[in-house]
Amino acid sequence: MHPLRKQRLIVVCIIVIGASVAAMLIASALKQNLNLFYDPSSVAAGDAPIGRKIRIGGMVVKDSLERVPDSLTVLFKVTDYHAEVQIEYTGILPDMFAEQEGAIATGQLNGSGIFIAEQVLAKHDENYMPPEVAESLKAKKKINSATIERNSELTNEPILIPFTEGANEQSNYN
Amino acid sequence: MIPEIGHFALLLCLPIALMLATIPLLGAVRGNRLWMNAAPIMAAGQWLFLLISFCCLSSAFLTDDFSVKLVAMHSNSKLPGYFKFSALWGNHEGSLLLWVFILSSWTLAVACFSRQLPDDIRARVLSVLGMISLGFLAFVIFTSNPFERLLLNPVAEGRDLNPLLQDIGLIIHPPMLYIGYVGFAVAFAFAITALMTEKLDAAWARWSRPWTNIAWAFLTVGIALGSWWAYYELGWGGWWFWDPVENASFMPWLAGTALVHSLAATEKRGVFRSWTLLLAILAFSLSLLGTFLVRSGILVSVHAFASDPTRGIFILALLVIVIGSSLLLYALKAPAMRSAVRFNGISRETLLLANNALLTVALATVLLGTLFPLFMKALNAGSYSVGPPYFNSMFIPIMIPVLILMGIAPYIHWKQTRISSVQIRPWVFSLSAAILFSVIGTIYMSSHYDHDFSWAAALTIALSTWITVTTGIHLILKSSHQEGIISGMKRLAPSYWGMCIAHFGIAITALGIGLTSVYSEQRDVRMEVGQSISLGSYRYQLVDIRGIEGANYRSTQATINVYMAEAAGSSDKTIAVLLPEKRLYYATKNVMTEAAIDPRLTRDLYVALGEQLDDGVWAMRIHVKPFVRCIWLGTLFMALGGVIAVADKRYRKALLSSKPKTLESVNSAASATASVDVLALNPTNENN
Repeated sequence: MHPLRKQRLIVVCIIVIGASVAAMLIASALKQNLNLFYDPSSVAAGDAPIGRKIRIGGMVVKDSLERVPDSLTVLFKVTDYHAEVQIEYTGILPDMFAEQEGAIATGQLNGSGIFIAEQVLAKHDENYMPPEVAESLKAKKKINSATIERNSELTNEPILIPFTEGANEQSNYN
Repeated sequence: MIPEIGHFALLLCLPIALMLATIPLLGAVRGNRLWMNAAPIMAAGQWLFLLISFCCLSSAFLTDDFSVKLVAMHSNSKLPGYFKFSALWGNHEGSLLLWVFILSSWTLAVACFSRQLPDDIRARVLSVLGMISLGFLAFVIFTSNPFERLLLNPVAEGRDLNPLLQDIGLIIHPPMLYIGYVGFAVAFAFAITALMTEKLDAAWARWSRPWTNIAWAFLTVGIALGSWWAYYELGWGGWWFWDPVENASFMPWLAGTALVHSLAATEKRGVFRSWTLLLAILAFSLSLLGTFLVRSGILVSVHAFASDPTRGIFILALLVIVIGSSLLLYALKAPAMRSAVRFNGISRETLLLANNALLTVALATVLLGTLFPLFMKALNAGSYSVGPPYFNSMFIPIMIPVLILMGIAPYIHWKQTRISSVQIRPWVFSLSAAILFSVIGTIYMSSHYDHDFSWAAALTIALSTWITVTTGIHLILKSSHQEGIISGMKRLAPSYWGMCIAHFGIAITALGIGLTSVYSEQRDVRMEVGQSISLGSYRYQLVDIRGIEGANYRSTQATINVYMAEAAGSSDKTIAVLLPEKRLYYATKNVMTEAAIDPRLTRDLYVALGEQLDDGVWAMRIHVKPFVRCIWLGTLFMALGGVIAVADKRYRKALLSSKPKTLESVNSAASATASVDVLALNPTNENN
């Protein structure tokens, strides 16, 4: 083979091998760190994996929040108005966490159907609802009407889904 | 009335931008001097009217004109004055007005400071900036009018600014970030001009470098401010979350960093020419992508398209037009721009190429992690999020060789370096110093923070020492002069100083990141008044909890005394009093955590109030964060380095003597050799 071509072939081979190794590493890193979202209905239906890191979100059920005495552990339920999931979390809840508001938890389901959360996220201001929660609620056509009213207070046009433009930007600063 | 004047001024900018985008460019194509020279006047006019518009909106915010929808939605009469002003850009419409205002300011700056450029080049650059301005003005005017009135349902009181944004960090963070983002538009405009004229020589690189450096410096400070703000305002004690919005600002920074280095090689040696152009296009495209990701609402939800599809689609269309047309132009013209200059094996060019390759790969991994969830969502393949471990495991290993190379590259000459001619002694010395400091530092830190020996910390200290010592020795060797080192240092070029200072900044930031990540301690605790909790070598005691009244909020404030832990001796001496707060803002009914921090260069003591568990019992989050300040301190050095480099005489000289040079290099094939000849005739400071 012509030496120049041979040199080029080597360079091309190195690039191809390097690129595939890089792609494999990236793919595996990505695979290990992807957290898929499930709504309470699919958890109840048994679709969610047990012992794998996932995210669960919904509205926090009224009067479901209870504290384990003398510790920082809290128990609460989230719902999509079809099914509920019990969540256990030890630590400090975010400022905007409240009953009858949207929340998302990251963690693992244990064998008895309790979701052990390592992180809980709530909205950033009173308009914002975590997008997955909004979507899963919207899909079930059960939007909290109070949220809609609050949002359309200042904008004259009715808003059909429970977050406004304003909410989006503000959350972007987070 | 005032908002209407502002709106009218904003509308007037649209035809001015249209003229700026077309007339000077046509003039440059046809050789009509009058049309070309109209560009600075139009740039000034555009800036003036945007200034009027900006001032009108500010006055609406400052005078609490709640008939303006934007003011009613994002301000409140009880808000302190400086927050009323910063509320202007704490929302979509206002921040876009700031975006175009900053763009017009950059345009004006280019018009003012590039009088020495050839007329046709300056006209083209300003025209390209006018095109970008036109796109964004249209976006503001047609989809996001900041002056919209609430005439049907007037309100007596505004809804207040999101409490998270009521902070000094927010007053300066967005403008800084935007100045950086938008500044890459200038580098972009220069790149497009080079492609249009097919002229890319050392002079071109000298024109672009100062603009790129300044934009990069502002972006650096902007990102650092954002990180600092998140650190103390969000109450979590984290300083970087690999959040998509953060990544959106970090990606242009990575591209910009690569561009700064590749421009150096293009200026000095005429190499990487088409690559430099591509990076300039990439840096600005990523800035636009960042604006799109943040402003379209796509990150919060793809459904933001459904709620207001025009905005997202408009800015996406803008993105596609800018990236598509610039890449098309690049594809057509870049083959003619190939560098005719060769370099071999071990040379500074090779190392700068390695720097660029590594930065680009790092950029690609961040881009993938940021866009992957959006792609999956768009394909309806499920709702994913990519966690920080992905970014850490990809990004950090790529950065380690970058830091190692940083200590090697300054010693390697341009073009070709014979291995035998390289002085090894500085490296041997630096390596020994790195190992020594790393061992001593890690042992000290591990015992002080009661931590196991950490390889990550050892590596961090070693790398930071390596960069600092190699840079320091190089500085001393270079400034050795018969009249002594001090007078030698005075003779060094500012661009060389800039490089040293910026690299030193990287060393400090890397040290801060590594040590904070390894040695930080954090505990969520339940605390009663009078109770003490030990964390690391500190003891925290909750002394008191009381209510206080603020301007537009009510607050619960805890008093926490911090002592050295008993083991460390004098245990009665209070080393800090921390006053964390939990605030309830009246207008929004939002609850906000205000963390209390005792900052030192070597460690931060950080306390955030959680919620009340019982009477006098509170949940609290306590941190000790060693060297966290270094992260932001280092970025200030980086930015300072970028700015100092601009002060180099050769940029001003280059401007004065640029005209004959560009005439010399007629077509691109010849211009490569020509520019090298020019370089050979004008010996400038070789080592940068």
